[in-house]
Amino acid sequence: MFSTDRKVVVTGVGATTPLGGDSTSTWQGLLAGRSGVRLLTHAWAAETPVRIAAEVAVEPTELLPRPEARRLDRSAQFALVAAREAWADAGFTGPAGTDGTADPDRLGVVLASSIGGVISLLHQHDVLRQQGVRKVSPHTVPMMLPNTQGANVGLALNARAGVHSPVSACASGSESVGYGIDMIRTGRADIVVAGGTEAAIHPLTIAGFGNMMAMSKRNEDPTAASRPYDRGRDGFVMGEGAGVVVLESAEHAERRGARVYAEAVGQGLSADSHHITQPEPSGRGIVAALSGLLDSSDLVPDQVVHVNTHATSTPKGDVSEVKALRKVFGEAMDHIAVSATKSMTGHLLGAAGGVESVATVLALHHRIAPPTINIDDLDPEVDADIVRGEPRPLPGGRIAALNNSFGFGGHNVVLAFRTV
Amino acid sequence: MNTVQEEVRSGLADIVNEIVGVPLDEVRPEQSFADDLDVDSLSMVEVVVAAEERFGLTIPDQAAAGMKTVGDAIGYIVANR
Repeated sequence: MFSTDRKVVVTGVGATTPLGGDSTSTWQGLLAGRSGVRLLTHAWAAETPVRIAAEVAVEPTELLPRPEARRLDRSAQFALVAAREAWADAGFTGPAGTDGTADPDRLGVVLASSIGGVISLLHQHDVLRQQGVRKVSPHTVPMMLPNTQGANVGLALNARAGVHSPVSACASGSESVGYGIDMIRTGRADIVVAGGTEAAIHPLTIAGFGNMMAMSKRNEDPTAASRPYDRGRDGFVMGEGAGVVVLESAEHAERRGARVYAEAVGQGLSADSHHITQPEPSGRGIVAALSGLLDSSDLVPDQVVHVNTHATSTPKGDVSEVKALRKVFGEAMDHIAVSATKSMTGHLLGAAGGVESVATVLALHHRIAPPTINIDDLDPEVDADIVRGEPRPLPGGRIAALNNSFGFGGHNVVLAFRTV
Repeated sequence: MNTVQEEVRSGLADIVNEIVGVPLDEVRPEQSFADDLDVDSLSMVEVVVAAEERFGLTIPDQAAAGMKTVGDAIGYIVANR
């Protein structure tokens, strides 16, 4: 258990998602209930049973200088775009050490993906097979390693307190934010840029996930395909992008007069040890993570008024998560506004926890919960107050919100944020 | 520089511009790839492979390692293409 004397706050947010090229446009898209899912237009998509995905709204190559972009995997490009936005949003004008307010030795980066540079890896494999060894890019290894999205952000911001990439499939983004909170709690850093990124829309990953029967095949109606909690849900829709928050010790933020979005209260972690991909049906592991969060922080269950659920639109997972929340919160669950933003963004895999941390923080900051779209026929097993159709105002006073993320392998991560 | 050297310099300038974004006219014989043009060791491999293709020769690793300046590369390419 970590000491809670060092309070941690969020002072910056950044994102690039299927709804927009930054956090503001993403947030507007969420409030408007807009779907980022489209029919794929790549030639390869004609041959796969899953032909829909949520690609980013703004290509990162439109924002990054060409020499920089060409040596970065697409996932690292997303990470840099989101991290630079979050960094500037937190009020920093240049890399640590250049603007006088951030000390490189006290700046950390925790940023992960679930799969790493898989598109670069597969592309270079094609180059190897078609053009020979000599033509394989010397950047192949740094483009495919799953720690280099974070490492590139660390290089760009001059972070020297530590750069980490905790990989836990679709929980990677949230686990990174939790790790970042701990880095500040334990005194290793004053500022941590944390989040997740993913660029994995490729015929191989789609074939792999598709053959697991994990993905929606609603090709004829893309914007309705991601439908958490609806009885007709038939799997997740793959998304891509990145979401990043700037975490900072409250003391450091106050000293430099930073705008504070919310407090990062803490995290709860557990592992299912049930099946490599199937969620544990009773939600036991999620209950353990939620209980761990409550035990290790000063979060009061009654403060929790909003949960951005993991809810990926798979038949089993959506229900076991809600069951676990009900088990932990009991009747208080009736006052919790539940939003499944993947209904709009698709499932950004390792980036999901980063993007949904941004959404959760902004929901508290603006005191409004984004809707869940595409629920035409609510699954009767979903015993929760789902925000449907329109966004819903959140109450005044000191309120808290959770961001849940779970990953293949049985990883459960629960993050808590609270108004200050 | 004679015409042949200038032709090679101009070709190298295209390559370096494509890889690291340095303006074409800044790629001059006296410039160091690493110190002046921001071509790191990985990007240098890309420059060498692109130069092999453009000028139709093979540049062994040892020869590539000796190319510190643009002039070094021009000299090697003119002598060996």
